[in-house]
Amino acid sequence: MASFVHRIEVHYKKDPRLKIRTDRIRSLGFLIDELQLTDVYTIATGSRDFTRDELREIGARLSNPVVQEFVVDEATTAFFDYAIEVGFLPGVTDNVGTTARQTIEDYLRVKFSPGDAVYSSQLYFVRGHLPPETIRRLGDTLANPLVNRVIIKTRQEYGDRGMDRVVPRVQLHEMRNVGLVDLEIPDEDLAHLGKEGIVDPETGVRRGPLALDLAQLHAIREYFNELERWPTDVEIESLAQTWSEHCKHTIFASAMDDDVPKGLYKTFIQAATNEIRKEKGDRDICVTVFTDNSGAIVFDDEFLVTHKVETHNSPSALDPFGGALTGIVGVNRDTIGFGLGAKPCMNVYGFCVGDPAADPKLFRGKDRKNPVLSPRQILDGVVRGVGVGGNCSGIPTPQGFCYFDNRYAGKPLVFAGTIGVMPREANGVKLYEKKAEPGDLVVMVGGRVGKDGIHGATFSSEALDPASPVTAVQIGDPITQKKFSDVLVKEARDLGLYRSITDNGAGGLSCSVAEMAKESNGCRVDLDKVPLKYPGMAPWEIWISESQERMTLAVPPEKIDEFMDLMKRREVEATVIGEFTGTGRCIVECQGIVAMDIELAFLHDGLPKKVLKTIPVTVNNPEPALPCPARLDDMVPAMLGRKNICSTEFVTIQYDHTVQGGHVLGPVQGKGRVQAPATLTKVVPGSKKGVGLSQALFPSYTEIDPYGMAAACIDTAIRGLVALGISPDEIALLDNFCWCSSDEPERLWQLKEAAIGCYEYAKAFGTPFISGKDSMFNDFSGFDAENNRVKISVPPTLLISSIGVHADVLKAVSIDAKVAGDLVYVIGETAEELGGSEYFAHLGYTGNMVPKLDAAAAKARYLRLYDAISHELVASAFPVSHGGLGIALAKVAIAGRLGMDITIPSAMRPDYFLFSESLGRFVVTVAPDHKREFERIMGADALLLGKVGGNRLQITGRTLLAELEISKLEAAYKAPFGGF
Amino acid sequence: MAVISPADGGKPGHGLIPEKALIMSGYGINSEMETREALLRAGMDSDIVHINDLIAGRQRLSDYRLLVFPGGFSYGDDTGAGNAYANRVRNNLWDDLREFLDGDNLVLGICNGFQILANLGLVPAFDKKYSRDIALIPNRGGRLECRFVTIRPVAENIWTHGIAKLWCPVSHGEGNLSCSPETLQHMKKHKQIAFTYCREDLTPAGGEYPFNPNGSIEDIAGITSADGKVLGMMPHPERAIEFVNLYNWPLIKEQMRRSGEHIPEESLNMTIFRNIVEYFA
Repeated sequence: MASFVHRIEVHYKKDPRLKIRTDRIRSLGFLIDELQLTDVYTIATGSRDFTRDELREIGARLSNPVVQEFVVDEATTAFFDYAIEVGFLPGVTDNVGTTARQTIEDYLRVKFSPGDAVYSSQLYFVRGHLPPETIRRLGDTLANPLVNRVIIKTRQEYGDRGMDRVVPRVQLHEMRNVGLVDLEIPDEDLAHLGKEGIVDPETGVRRGPLALDLAQLHAIREYFNELERWPTDVEIESLAQTWSEHCKHTIFASAMDDDVPKGLYKTFIQAATNEIRKEKGDRDICVTVFTDNSGAIVFDDEFLVTHKVETHNSPSALDPFGGALTGIVGVNRDTIGFGLGAKPCMNVYGFCVGDPAADPKLFRGKDRKNPVLSPRQILDGVVRGVGVGGNCSGIPTPQGFCYFDNRYAGKPLVFAGTIGVMPREANGVKLYEKKAEPGDLVVMVGGRVGKDGIHGATFSSEALDPASPVTAVQIGDPITQKKFSDVLVKEARDLGLYRSITDNGAGGLSCSVAEMAKESNGCRVDLDKVPLKYPGMAPWEIWISESQERMTLAVPPEKIDEFMDLMKRREVEATVIGEFTGTGRCIVECQGIVAMDIELAFLHDGLPKKVLKTIPVTVNNPEPALPCPARLDDMVPAMLGRKNICSTEFVTIQYDHTVQGGHVLGPVQGKGRVQAPATLTKVVPGSKKGVGLSQALFPSYTEIDPYGMAAACIDTAIRGLVALGISPDEIALLDNFCWCSSDEPERLWQLKEAAIGCYEYAKAFGTPFISGKDSMFNDFSGFDAENNRVKISVPPTLLISSIGVHADVLKAVSIDAKVAGDLVYVIGETAEELGGSEYFAHLGYTGNMVPKLDAAAAKARYLRLYDAISHELVASAFPVSHGGLGIALAKVAIAGRLGMDITIPSAMRPDYFLFSESLGRFVVTVAPDHKREFERIMGADALLLGKVGGNRLQITGRTLLAELEISKLEAAYKAPFGGF
Repeated sequence: MAVISPADGGKPGHGLIPEKALIMSGYGINSEMETREALLRAGMDSDIVHINDLIAGRQRLSDYRLLVFPGGFSYGDDTGAGNAYANRVRNNLWDDLREFLDGDNLVLGICNGFQILANLGLVPAFDKKYSRDIALIPNRGGRLECRFVTIRPVAENIWTHGIAKLWCPVSHGEGNLSCSPETLQHMKKHKQIAFTYCREDLTPAGGEYPFNPNGSIEDIAGITSADGKVLGMMPHPERAIEFVNLYNWPLIKEQMRRSGEHIPEESLNMTIFRNIVEYFA
């Protein structure tokens, strides 16, 4: 217990962020005069107190005398009307507090005892006359009630004594034991158990959903009946994790209708890859597909590159910052956990959120309880989370997107991906292969285990005990991860100190150890050895906890001393928690008894099979009956300012995209700084080659034509890389399906159509899938402010990410128009395909005709363009996408800060020609001296539209359609997120 | 084994000078690899050494002639960027470091490294007391920003010799140099301002965003110690050592191609690393 509590408060003499902080809060509608900030460190120790002098020395080390002042155990003096202190709730990762503790330990040469800690908090001083209710709302804006505590005092209450000393220590009562679960109960009760969880024998409260259905529970009951014993709670919780949708992807794995007996994944995704690899023969670029934590392709003779994209949607809805941060550092571990450990060399992101201007006021509970964060708060949080994760880890984040649709207001989609690089071999060992052997030790590396992430989805604030740890949301700790990432992939891997590695993500140890146990065919774990964040956790909690920043390794006994010594020297916690065996069983022991003893065969393959049924959906939306405007001078800038077309550079520049020194074509390009659909980065110093990345999604097409939607995603993701000068033969794909209501046959039909689209277009382009992930229930159920039930489902969203190896980055082309006099071409055909387009959305319509693509013709075209770019005949290339040709032309012109004189063919309505989203197209600029050679290579695919020059974009059809200053277009393009 | 050998493809070439660099790592420092690559291309070999191995005496600072604190996010910038790592150095390596500073050696700190140097008082270091005289405080914009900047030398010294400008990324949340008017005057008088942010045409940024990306006083991007042997700078020349690393290189390439110029492989940012090698050679 903490007998000694001290408080050090640090503030700037003159705060450089004062104005921007105040302005940001004012922009959210709080009319404050000023918002000052003070950093607070609460030092709570039980065994040793600090003297006044020591505390002053500590204060000096936690502050900078040039610009800051601090006080010890007294109130900071300030002019203000309200003081708002925001700290963490018990059990929330407090990185700043940890650093402060280490600083004190290192300086005073002491070690804090277990339970002693430093807690950080932030004290805001608000100047301004606001009603108490507004101040409370401000407190909620500065904090997130799920992870933070907020204390508000008026000037008077603050007085001379200031804020109170708060120690948010986790206090759990007794060490709990392994329990038994009776499954011999009526189906009704069994279903209840599956939905809401095991009843805790001590509290009588259900522990949270197992998400096991009746068929699964029957299978489990049968298994244990044969063993003639009851299952333990550890066993049930473990099976629930291993059989979860998240781990087993039952919807993609189950038979569907009569025509897909092997399930969508095997029939359409895996089959596409297998068939493509076979067709390509020795030109196959794949190294590892689907089986490992990431997919991998060949980079060159020496290196391979990996890619993986995950989603972290539910946690990001609750705590956007923590959720997105955990998402990105989590997927970093899919790189570190690939083979024997690849080095993370790039991060990618994607945010699907509601329009930040909208404030739909949704609540998870009745009577306005448990409000859903506004789209603006979610956007701010997820942007910051991915940034902190990548920036602190020294991983560049060149590639990403934001996509806005109010159907994401209930649940955002947060995509986080990581690319890794690794030598194919070291010391004669293939680094992309791994195998734990019987006798190898199970070693957990990284952070400690707490209650984080256990049954996160069932979180309810009403049931929260003030001293209980926050479990629903987690805050990542990138520095802890950076420490073990460095020592693993830069040292231990090449010393051959371990034989297998995987990350601890969903399901924690229960999934990572059981997964690796497949390699050796068995494992035995002692839960008493697992290092905990705080005492008092139940065995089942330790086993399934999703505490972050942990890897599980298989270390041969003869290497364990060397391994542990190295970890100690890098200050990375590593603990032997068991051993891999060859018994065919997963055995978990705890407090001297066997808490789990299940055959691996049942654990991994005992899941009963399902057959899913689908029902086709047809749509017939009204078509717009508006005439084409005579002039488009207002329409072009209006389209440029649409949220899904305009610049979100405010995100890009917060993300370090130059660390590791590989920047070639970054997220914004050209003098006019336009966001590029694809980026190019060097990942191996000294090599001419680079890695191109792109992404594509068309959620607005799904409800009209899910098959066409998938085609659009695949084509656009590939086309982004071709525009950089990457051969279509060097491109691989990743699929992320984020669906909704996947228990409804109509949604399943859309899913099936999209999967068929993936198969056919991947095959036609010869681009294999190497990795994928799905998230099937992105629905929000709750209430509006008037207590009406509300269900908001995301539009079924497929993200296709592409990765390709560029043979010689010096030949790559950027998106910006380069030189006056250059010729402007559109490559590829334009048809009247505006269903689900940005233009129709702008007009208030959906339409019915999404783009169709002849993939064979497109591939031939891409090979020709690749040829032209390889011969350095192309000055710029831009893949036409959302908003169509008109937007592509404008972006190329803005990027180059050069005008264009364009004449379009007159066969089609000019507005449709300019804003149709037909696939397979590029805008390309070419130097006049390359005209003949370029046209020879491109043939009929190239349509000359005009010339670069001047400072206006002029578009002519039969008559002059638009004449617009580039500077004004640039302003329109950049205006919507100008203040972000 | 604590020393990281030329990993990630960077193989020591011929003609390396015998003097070696020690590049610090650990606790979230992250730019050690590209810093090593830049030095290697300039002709200097280096070892990446974890601070704990230096503290434990597994490596010795006195075996090296250049000490580099590279970029990164040591301790996640908690308690102030560079502060916690500086504390660790001061608590455990101070005597060795002072000895190193008294010898004919160089120290370079880039970005987080500059923040560490500032917290250690190694710059501006008017005397050998190494007090903290400058601070790199949060950017005026309130958050990290990553973008290319142009910087130009102010004082002629070991580091800036022969440089007309550098064009390289900044990527920091706390790079806004702040100090007392007396400190500023002192630095100016003793020609300790090494680099300032400027516009593309090399005219002063005048505090204007984005040319001066962080609000730094008098556009200062880098300063040296009084004896000139320690340089701290916020921008990252090591991240753009090739022509294709430069922002907007495709435009320059097109312009050069059309005027018949040879397209270079290396970027102008290598000069600063060549100057280091020149000093020892």
